[in-house]
Amino acid sequence: MTSRTRSGGTAFQQVSKAGEGHFARAFRRLLRKRLAVICMVVLVVVYGAGIFAAWIAPHDYNAQDYTAIRKPPSTEHWAGTDFTGRDVFTRVLWGVQNTFILTAVAILTGGLVIGVTLGLVSGYFGGRTDSVIMRLGEVFASFPDILLVIILAATLRPRIIDGVRWIEDHTALDGLINSGIPDYIVISLALVAFGWVGMARLVRGQVLVLRTTQYVDAAKAIGASTRRILFAHLLPNAISPIIVTVSMGMGSLALTEIFLSWLGLGIQPPRPSLGVMLRDAGSLSALRETPWLLLAPGLAALLLVLCWNLLGDALNDVLNPRTR
Amino acid sequence: MWIYIARRVLWLPFALLAVSIVTFTLGIYGPGDPVTVMLGNKYNEEAATRLRRELGLDRPFFVQYGDYMWGFVRGDFGDSLRFRDRPVRSLIGAKMWVSARLSLAALIVSYSLGLPLGFWLAHRQGRWEDPTIVAIAVFLMSIPVMISIPFMLWAFCLQLHWVPCSGWGGFFDVRIVLPAVTMGIPGVAGLARLVRASTLDVLGQDFIRTARAKGLSEWRVSSHHVFQNAMIPIVTIVAFSIAGLIGGAFITETIFGIPGVGQFAVDSIFNRDYPVIMTITLLGAGAFVIANLLADVTYALVDPRIRYR
Repeated sequence: MTSRTRSGGTAFQQVSKAGEGHFARAFRRLLRKRLAVICMVVLVVVYGAGIFAAWIAPHDYNAQDYTAIRKPPSTEHWAGTDFTGRDVFTRVLWGVQNTFILTAVAILTGGLVIGVTLGLVSGYFGGRTDSVIMRLGEVFASFPDILLVIILAATLRPRIIDGVRWIEDHTALDGLINSGIPDYIVISLALVAFGWVGMARLVRGQVLVLRTTQYVDAAKAIGASTRRILFAHLLPNAISPIIVTVSMGMGSLALTEIFLSWLGLGIQPPRPSLGVMLRDAGSLSALRETPWLLLAPGLAALLLVLCWNLLGDALNDVLNPRTR
Repeated sequence: MWIYIARRVLWLPFALLAVSIVTFTLGIYGPGDPVTVMLGNKYNEEAATRLRRELGLDRPFFVQYGDYMWGFVRGDFGDSLRFRDRPVRSLIGAKMWVSARLSLAALIVSYSLGLPLGFWLAHRQGRWEDPTIVAIAVFLMSIPVMISIPFMLWAFCLQLHWVPCSGWGGFFDVRIVLPAVTMGIPGVAGLARLVRASTLDVLGQDFIRTARAKGLSEWRVSSHHVFQNAMIPIVTIVAFSIAGLIGGAFITETIFGIPGVGQFAVDSIFNRDYPVIMTITLLGAGAFVIANLLADVTYALVDPRIRYR
């Protein structure tokens, strides 16, 4: 990765350290942006707290403390307790974990694997392959994002629960439904369905420009395989906008997952999720009697969405050659 | 350009066809066999066959699809499962009118604040106001409505008692203010950023220098040369800002108790009322496809520099 951009223009080489690659330079510039650094730290802390919820959380996420129902924040319950006496702070940690798992799965499968591959293939081969993939993308893009996600999640849930039940009945696996596996499958499918189009279009656009460059011709001339040209030559050169899109996408995927759970289509209670907590805390009666319920889940959701957006902005600044 | 517009218009029926097939397939077959779903625990072989014949579910898929869509085009959206025997059409009409007025109010908030703010920011480039307000804009854009609405409700209704907490009284009622502002604010931020970027782009063009060089007043340069050209890219996002309102309306209408399509959709999702969910998806997607087409065509018409293959 370092050798590739070494010929990137004399003007830049004077200001950057000798032999420093595109990404090292971009990273150095990123570290100089205070807001971006704060956001990276916040994301690491929030996600870290979620991932290690099992060790960090002070209580069990379903444990009901009947002596402390609807209590405001205290030293015992940092973010207060909800209407059944469950510790809100603990549930937020587990909710962040669910959000993290789902967004990571969606961005890896939908964005990176499906979206990038289809974009590469579409842009490089052109012709009929390109038409088919792009028309398919256009159909998905014809739905307002949120409606596609909703109709997928709403209609597929019973089918998926049936499927998982079938697996439980016919294999040694047990307790899959109780563990919430169907929820994960439903949400991931819905998120993936709307996540791949943007990425595929972006990568295709990059590839359309890149495939006419000399080094692709050179690679073809020395007999490089198509796979090698796609993944070793084209992909690395299209990686900067992909990174920016992933960062922006993580925020909007997290928001969509929270929205689905808010609508009752995502993680099902009593399993903890930020969406369900926000819904419970956001009703008028809850606001009147227990306004603190909104604080912890609201802050967690806000930090995730905000920091991914700000980080995406900063990455765009340092990686986009036009603003360099 | 005309070939481009013709191609976009010709694509429209295909997009609507594809969208409707996807929605129909998911809506009818997604949840499992509809007869089993409808009969629930009263299920038996005989009743199932009878109901299947009654509903026409024993016909080939494309006949059923054609039948449904033919009815849909004529305004027959099927019957709601929850409100027994009430056609979706009779339920949804009044709600769409409510949502349309609320969306209009939200769009007015977005555009009346976003356009001037972005234009002003572009002229402040390099001073402290620019990065500060852009950062605030990103912050405001990033606040999910499921957080901002409860917060606004808590602050302005429960603590300050400035506005009534919920309900709907039409376009000229004080109760529209809070929902319209919460739905409109993310749009203000998005618009302001976009207008700022496109204004900066125009400010750097040669014809602006020419306009100043030939002695035009700063006001005339701003209003005639900068503003008109900076507005061109805004056309393309009108469609998307409408689509963005759909998601916001779901939550806004539910929390504020506004009897619009958004609240209806959320209720239907909770009740698993699939005919209603299908109707709303189809109407929303159809409106979105058409709005996108109009935006693209307008863009091609207003910007003579654009040449399409």
